[in-house]
Amino acid sequence: MSEFRVLGRHHRKIDAMDRMTGVERYTDDLTLPRMLHCKILRAPIAHGRILGIDTSAALAIPGVEAVITGADLPTPYGIIPWTPDEHALCFDKVRYVGDAVAAVAAVDEETANAAVAAIEVRYEKLPVLDDPHAALADHATLIHERRKPDGSLVTNNISKRVELSFGDLDAAFADAELVVEADYRFHGTTHTPIEPHCALAHADARGILTIWSATQVPHYLHRELAKVLGLPRNRIRVIQPALGGAFGGKSEPFDLEFCAALLSLRTGRPVKCLYTREEVFLAHRGRHPFDMHYRTAFDRDGTIRGVDARTVLDGGAYSSFGLVTTYYSGQLLCSPYRFGAYRFDSRRAYTNKPACGPKRGHGSVQPRFAIEVQLDKAAVALGIDPIELRRRNALTVGERTINEFAIGSYGFLDCLAEVERASGWTERRGKLPRGRGLGVAGSTYISGTNYCIYPTDLPQSGVQICLDRSGRVRVFSGTSDIGQGSSTMLAAVAAEELGVALEDVRVLAADTDLTPVDLGAYSSRITLMAGHACQRAAKDLAFKVRSAVATAWDCDRSDVVLAEGQAMRLSAPETAMPIAEAFVLAEVEFGTLGATGSYQTPREGVHGDYRGATIGASPAYSFTAHVAEVEVDEETGEVQVLQIWAAHDCGRALSPTLVKAQIEGSVYMGAAEAVMEHHHTMPSGLRADGKRRDPGPGVAGLLANSSLLDYRIPTALDTPDITAIIVEHPDPNGPYGAKEAGEGPLHPAIPAIANAIFDAVGVRIDALPITPEKVLAALRARTEAR
Amino acid sequence: MPDNDPNVLRHRLGAAAGQQARSEARDVRVVAFTLNGESVQVAAPAHWTLLEALRYRLGLIGTKQGCDKGDCGACTVRVDGEAVLSCLTLAVMAAGRRVETVEGLGVGRPHPLQRAFDDCGAAQCGFCTPGMLMSAAAMLDQARAAGRTLSRMEIAAGLGGNLCRCTGYVRILDAVEQAQRELGGGGER
Repeated sequence: MSEFRVLGRHHRKIDAMDRMTGVERYTDDLTLPRMLHCKILRAPIAHGRILGIDTSAALAIPGVEAVITGADLPTPYGIIPWTPDEHALCFDKVRYVGDAVAAVAAVDEETANAAVAAIEVRYEKLPVLDDPHAALADHATLIHERRKPDGSLVTNNISKRVELSFGDLDAAFADAELVVEADYRFHGTTHTPIEPHCALAHADARGILTIWSATQVPHYLHRELAKVLGLPRNRIRVIQPALGGAFGGKSEPFDLEFCAALLSLRTGRPVKCLYTREEVFLAHRGRHPFDMHYRTAFDRDGTIRGVDARTVLDGGAYSSFGLVTTYYSGQLLCSPYRFGAYRFDSRRAYTNKPACGPKRGHGSVQPRFAIEVQLDKAAVALGIDPIELRRRNALTVGERTINEFAIGSYGFLDCLAEVERASGWTERRGKLPRGRGLGVAGSTYISGTNYCIYPTDLPQSGVQICLDRSGRVRVFSGTSDIGQGSSTMLAAVAAEELGVALEDVRVLAADTDLTPVDLGAYSSRITLMAGHACQRAAKDLAFKVRSAVATAWDCDRSDVVLAEGQAMRLSAPETAMPIAEAFVLAEVEFGTLGATGSYQTPREGVHGDYRGATIGASPAYSFTAHVAEVEVDEETGEVQVLQIWAAHDCGRALSPTLVKAQIEGSVYMGAAEAVMEHHHTMPSGLRADGKRRDPGPGVAGLLANSSLLDYRIPTALDTPDITAIIVEHPDPNGPYGAKEAGEGPLHPAIPAIANAIFDAVGVRIDALPITPEKVLAALRARTEAR
Repeated sequence: MPDNDPNVLRHRLGAAAGQQARSEARDVRVVAFTLNGESVQVAAPAHWTLLEALRYRLGLIGTKQGCDKGDCGACTVRVDGEAVLSCLTLAVMAAGRRVETVEGLGVGRPHPLQRAFDDCGAAQCGFCTPGMLMSAAAMLDQARAAGRTLSRMEIAAGLGGNLCRCTGYVRILDAVEQAQRELGGGGER
């Protein structure tokens, strides 16, 4: 029996019907009078110095209102304040095919395209470094010319290096029963939201610059716009309209927002910039390719004695969130299993490719693939059931991981049990027809990061709620609903506390002029953080409403409950009034009804105090287990992922339908990364030994598959059957116990599929993506070895 | 550095393509067709797609542009009942035909498909949803006319041209099955 009346029940999303009837306006659906269109000229080579730009022919075209280049926006920026290495338009060099060089504003898109085509740029071509190992080699051409604090030049292409060590690793390996050592490769993948990035800027006559943008971080965009444009923040307003998907791909500022803004300031007219689909692929910020060398030491009973991980991250042209990614590549591995000792050394290299960044499961999906396959190999070698081996290494509630993250609630064992049961693991494994197999994997993820990406003691999330005399509730929040349903979550929390129907809550979100700051939709933080803030504001108002009603009924406040559209007396349930009357009583007593709530993360006892200890620390951790069933065609090497059972501990499912939808979408995306998707460029042939091998035809660094036809994302037919199972272990740090559900459930899909392939046909594919060619080659190699 | 240095690249996309586009832009045609049950006339450049005419001339922004090259299905509308990609259909090709967009789906109240999508949680970001709905509506109408009830696999195949990045399709297939039950199948397979 639920203790809740709204939470935990089936919800229709509060904004879905407007989207399904064509009423809702996404960014590209907005138009303003006299609006101009912006197009961006992009670099045709992957690495070069800009020798000169001639825009005169473009400016001469009738209908072209303005042309800007890097010199117009000289202030560098970056989503991580310590690594501002990007310019809205390239300042001195271009660093990947597609880097922005100039932007035009014209009366229509065709004229803007003609103007872009008329701009002439002279480049000095530089060696193209598309291999991270070549980029890290001695004497490699520098992609960024960076200065140390003492003014000397940084003479390498290391974007970030993190080395951390916990426990006595040498001892862990010295006495090990089993050491599993292998190389793993995670290829690159990208987000491909169906809505392309779009920004509309309007510098109005009052001196206010308004940017409507398809962003998932309006607050950070607001800050970076102010910095780069040199405007005070109170003269910039960022609004995020309805958003057509993001998955991490819209979580930092992009060239189009700065260009549209400056062009609007220059022309005094609204300016819209809409990416083509190719530009979405170029903007990227997708999942980093990782080369991972893993050594794992085990006891005879399967206990993990030690993990030693060496990783090279292929970062692409810019830092993006790379500092965090490099930490996450190691820091997020220490759960859900106990490690006896742990060391990681991660180096992120700059390369001449579209910049990598955060994609759903930021920085931890790649190492999760490696470790879960390592565990599977150990289970086989030690003759232990892979689920049992994972159980034996489980953490416990309240335990600190080896890197000192404080684990709150821990539902991982139940996740394992659920997928074991649902998949028929015990009865079916080993008895499936030829070519079929089952594989398991587990994972963990953060429910937001303990610290903002810039140093501040301000709250991470604020919510303001007002009550209306008609019985309506208005929620103002800086959160970004990117389709995951955060606005519906806020409405459900407000409805729960204030006793109104979900339909009677209006949520106004993501408008920096009108809503309190929330840091945005990244790191799966909104439910925990904004959920808390919303709960606090709503409880504050509920207190006032109940007080006013208690006065009217001459009873104790604790005798009044707000539920199901009414105020009711607990001790005399026939005494009730409509909620609107209760709100009116409260407004008479207290004046206009409004309250705020805010959330700040716990600062004590949640992480260690070594350098980097805060990165990856979260108020609460989610847990997931998957079992995948595959069928491998041994004639063709083709792998069909038939079904994935996914159990996820989200603490408390505030909205179970939305939680299941997040699990399903995550599983789909992970499965696609395992067997279908690959974001990659044409090779340059330049290798780590400094020699050049024949790269074959094509422009070095050009994206090889920059369309939704060539970059293959699954259709409804390609997607496996997905069974989403909710596991609830309420966390003391979550609102009502809630933890994240939007990213964690992606992780295990990839290793579970790889492990299922081994179960099916006995071959390991340690380099993603798992293609028929690789499977066939592995099958042949196995046959020849016999 | 001199231009004849082998390491120097002089790059210009070339005005020719741009000039051509601009001259085409001046060739405006008036196209008359039926849009969501009403007769409309629209003046648009001859090379404009139906998608552009709908969004930029007729104000029907429910039809979305996801790729502009026929890969994603977000722009799907119905022309004479068939699901077509409006980004690959010239506006002039709609002349005299019956065009339906998501704004015309469900008259006065939501269509059973819209209700089922809402109930099942089949729309997350909702950007693919209008196209998905129009493909599903065409598919269900055709099946009904043929007296057939579609299996889940047939529905998945029928939506194969509509990419969704949020849902993993689970709830979309649930919703189309639910709407099919409500609309009444055409009979036994």
